[in-house]
Amino acid sequence: MSRVVVVGGGPAGMAAAEAAASRGVEVVLIDAAPKLGGQYHRQDGLSSEDRLAPSAAHADRRWTSPENVEHVPDASAWAVEAVDGGHRVHVRVGLADDPSREGRVFATRALVLATGAYDRALPFPGWDLPGVFTAGAAQALAKGQGVAVGDRVVVGGTGPFLLPVASSLVGVGARVVEVAEANAAVTGWLSRPTGAMAGWSKAGELARYAGVLARHGVPYRSRTAVLAAHGAESVESVTVARLDRDWSPVPGTERRVEADAVAVGFGFTPQLELALAARCRLEDGFVAVDAAQGTSVDGVFAAGELTGIGGADLAAAEGAVAGFAAAKRLGAVVEAPLRAMSRVRAGRRFARALAAAYPVRSGWQDWLRDDTVVCRCEEVAKRALYRAVDERDVGAAGPLKLVSGAGLGLCQGRICGRNAAELAGLDDPAAFAKRPIAVPLRLSELAEESRAEAPVDAEAAARPFGIDR
Amino acid sequence: MRVTWDGREVEARPGQTVAGVLIANGVRSWRTTRAEGRPRGLFCGIGVCFDCLVRVNGVPDVRACQRLVADGDDIRPQRGAELPS
Amino acid sequence: MGRIESADVVVVGAGIIGAACAEALSAAGLRVLVLDRGAPAAATTASGEGNVLVSDKGPGPELDLAVASRRRWPDLIDSLREELGDELARVEWEPKGGLMVATEPEAVGPLAALTRAQRAAGIEAVDLDAAAARDMEPHLTERVEAAAHYPEDAQLQPVLAAMALLAAVRARGGEVRGGVEAHGVVYDPGGAVCGVRVDGDAIPCGAVVNACGPWAGHLSVAAGAPVEVLPRRGMVLVTAPLPPVVRRKVYAADYVAAVASGAVDLQVSPVVESTATGTVLIGSSRRRVGFDDALEVEVLQRLARSAIALFPVLSGVPVMRAYGGFRPYTPDHLPVIGEDPRTPGLWHATGHEGAGIGLAPATGRLLADLMCGREPELDAMPFRVDRPAVIVGSAVER
Repeated sequence: MSRVVVVGGGPAGMAAAEAAASRGVEVVLIDAAPKLGGQYHRQDGLSSEDRLAPSAAHADRRWTSPENVEHVPDASAWAVEAVDGGHRVHVRVGLADDPSREGRVFATRALVLATGAYDRALPFPGWDLPGVFTAGAAQALAKGQGVAVGDRVVVGGTGPFLLPVASSLVGVGARVVEVAEANAAVTGWLSRPTGAMAGWSKAGELARYAGVLARHGVPYRSRTAVLAAHGAESVESVTVARLDRDWSPVPGTERRVEADAVAVGFGFTPQLELALAARCRLEDGFVAVDAAQGTSVDGVFAAGELTGIGGADLAAAEGAVAGFAAAKRLGAVVEAPLRAMSRVRAGRRFARALAAAYPVRSGWQDWLRDDTVVCRCEEVAKRALYRAVDERDVGAAGPLKLVSGAGLGLCQGRICGRNAAELAGLDDPAAFAKRPIAVPLRLSELAEESRAEAPVDAEAAARPFGIDR
Repeated sequence: MRVTWDGREVEARPGQTVAGVLIANGVRSWRTTRAEGRPRGLFCGIGVCFDCLVRVNGVPDVRACQRLVADGDDIRPQRGAELPS
Repeated sequence: MGRIESADVVVVGAGIIGAACAEALSAAGLRVLVLDRGAPAAATTASGEGNVLVSDKGPGPELDLAVASRRRWPDLIDSLREELGDELARVEWEPKGGLMVATEPEAVGPLAALTRAQRAAGIEAVDLDAAAARDMEPHLTERVEAAAHYPEDAQLQPVLAAMALLAAVRARGGEVRGGVEAHGVVYDPGGAVCGVRVDGDAIPCGAVVNACGPWAGHLSVAAGAPVEVLPRRGMVLVTAPLPPVVRRKVYAADYVAAVASGAVDLQVSPVVESTATGTVLIGSSRRRVGFDDALEVEVLQRLARSAIALFPVLSGVPVMRAYGGFRPYTPDHLPVIGEDPRTPGLWHATGHEGAGIGLAPATGRLLADLMCGREPELDAMPFRVDRPAVIVGSAVER
């Protein structure tokens, strides 16, 4: 069918929809949230209006949905199927996880996947207590719902994202007790950006967050991590300690800190389900793309955090490139988007520098005790993973799951997969990522007859109809 | 907007998620795990961890962080694995 | 433990069948090396539901093999427990029984005929009316016409089972090597097997067992002795963990017909059962699509509908996963177990389609008996390699 289908309404998906629409192509923009923006431009869910921050692609104005973009909100894309000449995206639309949702199927010859990423959380003793959140949860709740995850919050993890999270928490009235950065301080290069960080457009934004924290007297400590959370029914205090270069705790540096909440984030994990269902090739755990954001599969493009963690600006630039390429595939007249492509190149340089500055070091494995839960859903402890490897010589993700139980619960290894794979010595970061049903649906929803839809019409779609503006 | 939490009426506003309502009302945990009966609540906040499961209008396994409240919702804790009623 | 430089037998394929053959051969005192191009128990075995069934077959050689195997499993698990300890021998063995359900009046007669024939063959098959069936499975649909209860049907966890068998092989001085692909077989000037070819190397051995499951055809071609084993794809749906709703393995009476069919087209017949972790597995589909592993929404839809028809209570539960696997299919639906007459020293143990978990121990024992010149417990003739449905021409020129 001659329209571009974009999955994901964050910076990458919005830019892709806008770019394709600007070439006169019909676009369907599918997003799980009620409002566009994704995790980055997290909108205030309580406000009746759309208040999107200016998109990076067009810093001079707010993003409004172009006329030829059909935005489908509250839409869970649960499967992608290859069909002759294209792909079919199966979607449930309506209240989250409700059996009353309506099924829709979108066929397309040009599919743009912009499904984003979620926080990586590393396990530590007590991390399954209520009151331990991911940094993304603290951010989503503060920005989207206007609530703080706690009164006294410790923010921990690694990377510049911890700063806006801490700043949002302060904004909704929480006291941020401290920010624990496991690597070197962000503020180091923030005050005097050099090398690859020089000229990074986000530096100013981060400096503002750092300013907010400084004004509120929030201590920011490098080479420090939350090693344990304590409490009976929920978090009452945490243990914080200094780390060495490999992230092993430095003995004697442990401190008990009173807190009722912890927000942790150790970088991000891409949401690969739909890309893997479409059989896109991965490289180092991310979707491999060419200069036009094309994946290894004809007619499937990927943009944003799926292709590498690089933040909203890079995501929007990749989205624009993908949107133009998708429109071109449908026959629109499109010139190479040179400016967006150069923004992509610059963005990737920063992304590489960021990844190098904020790696996850293997010493985190020392934070775990034998009985520390690794898989939260099935409550599988580290011990069970080690035994699977030591006693049964498990060498692949499938058997590891079936022998240890890790990754068999409702989250299907989204949270524990990378951690379990590392603990078991499997070197594929995406070992657990294959989930043909990309998000659970009710059996009755699955049983429903799908609403018939015209097949992908390759011939019609190949006719050029682009309107060059 | 009125919804009930475990049979008790609580204040809610359009656009709030179930998790937003519960946390704003001081509820931090609304589920127990199937194997060990441990308390759980919100964790990832963006729909990927399935830790914040809650029962809404008789249907279990609803992600509280993703579900928007609707007037009259009957929201209840979920204990382990449950069947829809 | 040092790496084995040569072996009496090299078993190619570390799935449940390869593991069972290797276990039986090592129990007979042979030095066994098991190779797998991937990780052990990571392909067909990891996709199975762990069925150990006597109910889904009509009288004939496969049922005989199934009965022998069903009797062998508990003894084998006991002996593994003695040899390896409780943890390594843990296979989640559950003799839960099976329930075959007729939901259409026209299925009642054929079901009764099947159970009659099965009883004559020594299977415990109890005919039930609708009320008795619903007593056994309270959540079963009210549309039950009749049912049959098979107390001998059992389930185990196939990956754990394969790993327990492989652990026994190791404990007896054998070796299991993952990530090593067998590219072919080496023959001596007399035409007998003398080794197996791996990357740039050959491992000397006296015999090779082709236990490559759906990929057994590939190795047989590489070894110059092609056999007809084809992949037949199956998909399984997995629900969220649930409270106990399904006690036994419950399936529709048309399941036996679907299993026995050779159709290329999609066959869907409901099989519903719970697992130790509380999830409910929903099968089964059959389609011959080569090694294409793409998700087919139509298949999932039909599985979902057929499961709801058996257990309406499942309608509102979340489905969190779908997975597919390839069953090794032979055109006459019988496994291939024995030495290839074209190439002395090359043995095949494959073609068990969806029943490999259940049939594994008797297969391993039969193969070991034949290889060691012992009188087999079962008639091996029906499973021989040189039968018209299986053997593809004569040995190709080497």
